Amino acid sequence: MSVPPALVYGLTGLFLFVAGLAGLISCAQLLRKILAANIMASGVFLFLVTIGHGRGGVIDPVPHAMVLTGIVVSVSSTAVVLALACRVQETANIHDLLKRRAGGDRE
Amino acid sequence: MMGLQLQSDCWLIWPVILPLSAALVAFLAKGQPRLSGLTGALLTALASGTLFLKVVNHGGGSYDLGGWQPPLGISLRGDGPAVLMVLMTAVTGLAISVYAGGYFQSRIAMGGKGRRHIVQERFFWPLWLLLWGALNGLFLSADIFNMYVTLELVALSSVGLTALSGKPASQVAAMRYLLASLLGSLSFLLGVAFLYKTHGSLDLATIQAALALSPPVALAMALISVGLMLKCALFPFHFWLAPAHANALAPVSAILSGLVIKGGWYLFFRFWQGFLPLVGDGVVVVLAGLGGAAIIWGAFQAFCQQRLKMLVAYSTVAQIGYLFIIFPLLAIGAGQGAAAVFYFAISHSCAKAALFLAAGSIFLQMGHDRINNLDGVRQILPITTFAFALAGLSLMGLPPTGGFIAKYMYLSLAVSQDSWWLVLVMVVGSCLTAIYICRAVSHVLSPRMVAGRSQVVVGASMEWSALALALVAILLGFIAPLPLGLFEVVG
Amino acid sequence: MIWQNWLLVMILLSSLVPGLIIFSLAESRHGLRTTLNLFGAITKMVLVMIMIVGIHQGKSFAVHLVLLPGLELVLRADLLSALFVALSSILWLFTTIYAIAYLEDSPNRSHFFGYFSLCVTVTIGIALAGNLLTFLFFFEMLTLSTYPLVVHRGTTEALAAGRVYLIYTLAGGFCLFLGVVWLHVLVGPVDFSREGVLSPLVESHGQTLRIIFFLLIAGVGVKAALFPLHGWLPRAMVAPAPVSALLHAVAVVKAGAFGIIRVVLDVYGLQTAKGLGLLMPLMLLASVTIVYGAIYALKQDNLKHRLAFSTVSQVSYIALGISIGHPLAIMGGMAHLVHQGLMKITLFFCAGNIAEILGVHHISRMNGVGRRLPLTMAAFTLAAMGMIGLPPMAGFVSKWYLGLGAIAQGQGWLIGVLVLSSLLNAAYFLPILYGAWFKEPEGEWPADSGTVGPVESHWMLIVPPVVTALIVLLVGLLANSGLSPLAWVRLIINARYGL
Repeated sequence: MSVPPALVYGLTGLFLFVAGLAGLISCAQLLRKILAANIMASGVFLFLVTIGHGRGGVIDPVPHAMVLTGIVVSVSSTAVVLALACRVQETANIHDLLKRRAGGDRE
Repeated sequence: MMGLQLQSDCWLIWPVILPLSAALVAFLAKGQPRLSGLTGALLTALASGTLFLKVVNHGGGSYDLGGWQPPLGISLRGDGPAVLMVLMTAVTGLAISVYAGGYFQSRIAMGGKGRRHIVQERFFWPLWLLLWGALNGLFLSADIFNMYVTLELVALSSVGLTALSGKPASQVAAMRYLLASLLGSLSFLLGVAFLYKTHGSLDLATIQAALALSPPVALAMALISVGLMLKCALFPFHFWLAPAHANALAPVSAILSGLVIKGGWYLFFRFWQGFLPLVGDGVVVVLAGLGGAAIIWGAFQAFCQQRLKMLVAYSTVAQIGYLFIIFPLLAIGAGQGAAAVFYFAISHSCAKAALFLAAGSIFLQMGHDRINNLDGVRQILPITTFAFALAGLSLMGLPPTGGFIAKYMYLSLAVSQDSWWLVLVMVVGSCLTAIYICRAVSHVLSPRMVAGRSQVVVGASMEWSALALALVAILLGFIAPLPLGLFEVVG
Repeated sequence: MIWQNWLLVMILLSSLVPGLIIFSLAESRHGLRTTLNLFGAITKMVLVMIMIVGIHQGKSFAVHLVLLPGLELVLRADLLSALFVALSSILWLFTTIYAIAYLEDSPNRSHFFGYFSLCVTVTIGIALAGNLLTFLFFFEMLTLSTYPLVVHRGTTEALAAGRVYLIYTLAGGFCLFLGVVWLHVLVGPVDFSREGVLSPLVESHGQTLRIIFFLLIAGVGVKAALFPLHGWLPRAMVAPAPVSALLHAVAVVKAGAFGIIRVVLDVYGLQTAKGLGLLMPLMLLASVTIVYGAIYALKQDNLKHRLAFSTVSQVSYIALGISIGHPLAIMGGMAHLVHQGLMKITLFFCAGNIAEILGVHHISRMNGVGRRLPLTMAAFTLAAMGMIGLPPMAGFVSKWYLGLGAIAQGQGWLIGVLVLSSLLNAAYFLPILYGAWFKEPEGEWPADSGTVGPVESHWMLIVPPVVTALIVLLVGLLANSGLSPLAWVRLIINARYGL
């Protein structure tokens, strides 16, 4: 019995989505969270590509267009997250520094 | 024949294209961000107003972008609810823009830490116009993938706006907001994928006409619902809202609480109009239960807050609940439930934006927003505090405001359906709202004198724009037939 | 004719517009503010007179505004609303004159007079409301426009009192809101001019109608200070004297009492209310409130607190008259709406004068006040005697009809309640009068502000109580003439029940 490749790709996509979700929720580190979100996005894109293949052998262009757009969106949001993460890190460092200089854990 | 000739409904695209181009101009015009931003805002509001008039006079319509028809092309649809939301965004957005102009002027005039405020303003206008365009696109979109794109655009630009204030608290809040929002978008997108898989179309109306309950559709419903609940911070997904809304710059808080939240909710509502006939009462009651919990919990949290802006932010958490408890009431009547909830959304937008604008002015004037130390701010900012009180009335649902009309419709629906638990939730929620609003108002309007900044730093445009929004919330108490008549218009 | 419809709107605007202008005035614009106040008050009086003459000639006045399909704001002047409108607009004029003098040199006057005008506008709105929704609309607004007046002094005590006031009235407001919505769902819009709209439902929805009645009465009962919803009233006494006068005689308490009349007579209708057995509990509640208020009044030493509890007691005469259900008793109750207003406003003016001119707040310090303030105390005496119900004063007239109605309805025991309350009234008013006139002053007054001009103090402080006291006397003496409030009330009863 052969497993249809579409099913494998689709399930892999869903697995990636769930794995990414788990990572996003459970990881404490910011960078890992960001990576997890990217894995989630990849899962969704894989799933979308699979859908495009599934229609009676004829390749449906619409999901591909969606994936292309999705990738653009995903790249830009990753860029925003990373930029914001840098800012958060910077201010956290400065904050730590100020705290240490003040010589206590006062706010 | 499609192609170069202009489609007749091309006025639908202007409320989307204008702010997007204006955002670009405002970003490039380094020297004059305020001038280009305000011009863009004015043009966008005009375009939205024109759209509204067109729909009132000639009925709704749709437009295929670039002449490409669905399924490959993306179409915009201007029906009653969508145009109402666009108009609401235009009115609120215009007032917020005027306020923002005055706000940055005052901040820059106050001097302080270097060029921070100049930089803030330079980025505020492009981001805000981008957000505005994306919101209009979201409301007018007929295509569910396009909804995802606009949703993401809204999220990214509002995160940018949140982080703008530069305070550590606001950056952490923006980060949380962004992650929650990303999770929501991806969940939404996966749901869209499932819907496309089962229906082979991205047009919401087409999908809803053919919708039948099956496991993939149920999964899609769940994914889309959870994703959108995250976006509009429905209890228990409200964790990110209060810090993000309260720590942002004053005009940004108003944008986030008044408008952005409504974007997520609007999509939720549109999807659920199709889902509702498929699901049992249990699911609907769960939705309403979450809404009820939001009302009570948000109001309780609002009451416990020590800071004015936090109070207003938690009040948003509570008011979002009202947008969801409507679902059990949608079944009866000729669209009365839908009319009620849209009216609530519109009134809330104006009132909440006015509250945040007023709270922002008070913060700027006093240098803090600790509620217990705000006594006597009335003497310094009479117009602002008056606006705060008026907007509070609408939130409490007291006459003569839009909030009263909406609450009236809600209550009469609930009573006529014998949903006594909803009546109870609404009455308790209204009492709690009254308590926390009165707590804030009694300090803000207190006749006592308390020392603060003696020099008035809040500009007149800030005071009057907040008042104008509050007056719109009052006006909505008298003109309900006008917008609700539009509600019946189909695309 | 068009002007007839606009007349009602103009009556509202005649106080609203000056109020809004006053809000924007600087503190120092004393002259302009006074002019605006008096202009508004006099214009309103004139317009109201035109309206009353019109109603007398059988003209009808109504304005509609559609809020939602099936949901209308209706202003309509009927005989009953004319009674309340006339009372409020006349007393507003006197209160305005008094307040201008009373608040001389105190801070935040623009704010005060702005809300003052707003408050009267809303009260007139309540009086002119043509359906239940409109009534609710203005009733809730009344809470909001009076709150700033209650906390006007800004002291901790005032703020605490304001908080209590808000909690009571807003909670009552939500009860009323729910009741109105429920009734609306049940029978559609409830117009005051179509009595008996509920009678077909007595059989099928009796229990629901009882619950709704309870909600409505709880809503209006808070403002009418029905026991046990009266807790806010004595505390609200921290407000300046003109505000107390307004609260007790013109606006809040009266609006509540007026609401009881509307709910029982115009929403439910006398027959339906009787059929549902709703009048008996209301009668008991009113009786308890009458006696309870009087007993508590006896215990107070602070003059304003004694007057406050006296209001609790006296306003319930109105509810009592309605709940007896006999046309004669209703006549007594409605007449008391006017009579109590006139008497109570006089008493509060006088209490304000005693506090303002002499710095005396407590009854135990009032010995000999009559010698220092003869005119004020003379007015006080007239009003107090009216309250006790001595003939031929106004209070006697209302009690007389209440008693007649009670006997005609076979509720003779209520005579006992009336007599008991009259005795208690005498017990808490007569010692004041005795002390003020016949005892020697105990040394210096705490803060005597001295005499200004030919009378005891500023004429604007003295004229209002004297005039209202004279009206109290005249209203009682000329009760049978065609111009007395009683004659108007008789007109109402005749039109409704064909007495």
